[in-house]
Amino acid sequence: MAQEIAPTVKSPRVYTNIHVSQIVRYRMPMAAIVSILHRISGALLFMLLPLAIWLFDTSVTSEITFDRFRSVFAGGVGFLPGWFLKLVVLAMIWGYLVHFIAGLRHLWMDVTHSVSMRQGRVSANVTLVLSTLLTLLFAARLFGLY
Amino acid sequence: MADKFGSKRLVVGAHYGFADWLVQRVTGGLMALFTLVLGAQLLFGGPLGYNRWAGIFASQWMKVLTFVVIVSLAWHAWIGMRDIWMDYVKPVGLRLTLHLFTIVWLVGCAGWAVQVLWRL
Repeated sequence: MAQEIAPTVKSPRVYTNIHVSQIVRYRMPMAAIVSILHRISGALLFMLLPLAIWLFDTSVTSEITFDRFRSVFAGGVGFLPGWFLKLVVLAMIWGYLVHFIAGLRHLWMDVTHSVSMRQGRVSANVTLVLSTLLTLLFAARLFGLY
Repeated sequence: MADKFGSKRLVVGAHYGFADWLVQRVTGGLMALFTLVLGAQLLFGGPLGYNRWAGIFASQWMKVLTFVVIVSLAWHAWIGMRDIWMDYVKPVGLRLTLHLFTIVWLVGCAGWAVQVLWRL
């Protein structure tokens, strides 16, 4: 009896995420790239949260702090030069745009039940192109090109 | 509820997953709405100086919306960061430590943001 039953008892399959070091060796489809970028940008925004609140604080509290807000971008703060702060803020802007558009993509997929591979690839492309273009637009404004 | 007992009772889950999924979308939607509202006010209304920037947050409805967004952001980030820790960090002690750090970080940031918002 036991011998007949035994083969039907399978050892449970172990599901694991791919390790971070394996990511570069995987040939990922566009949707997978957007998915991991959604996660990376979310973590980035989480870490930069104090900077976002500090920018809100200094820019909105009073005219004196507003002047300080402006001078920090022009002349830097402490040992950090202004251009470095602009780069960090640009990273935050990039993270926000990627996360925002990738989030809208999720809402769109939920509402319209668009789950085919083609829809996933197209919307992933739209997410990447749109977020990159908008980031460039913000970068040009931030570094005073217009 | 008929499905709490009997042969057709629901035997799986406390629906935490569904709740998190729904909260993530509702809070995300609120933040998206805030982004559009703030963006519209920034784009239209002339040159942007201190007075116009601070004026945007002066009205009571904008304060309430911003407050809702601060709470939404903390909740949204908690679910997202907890998912990241649960996926990549397996040792229980380290994971618990990171969960605690995330909670302290988010509550601290939310408190600071609310303080900035309501002393205006």
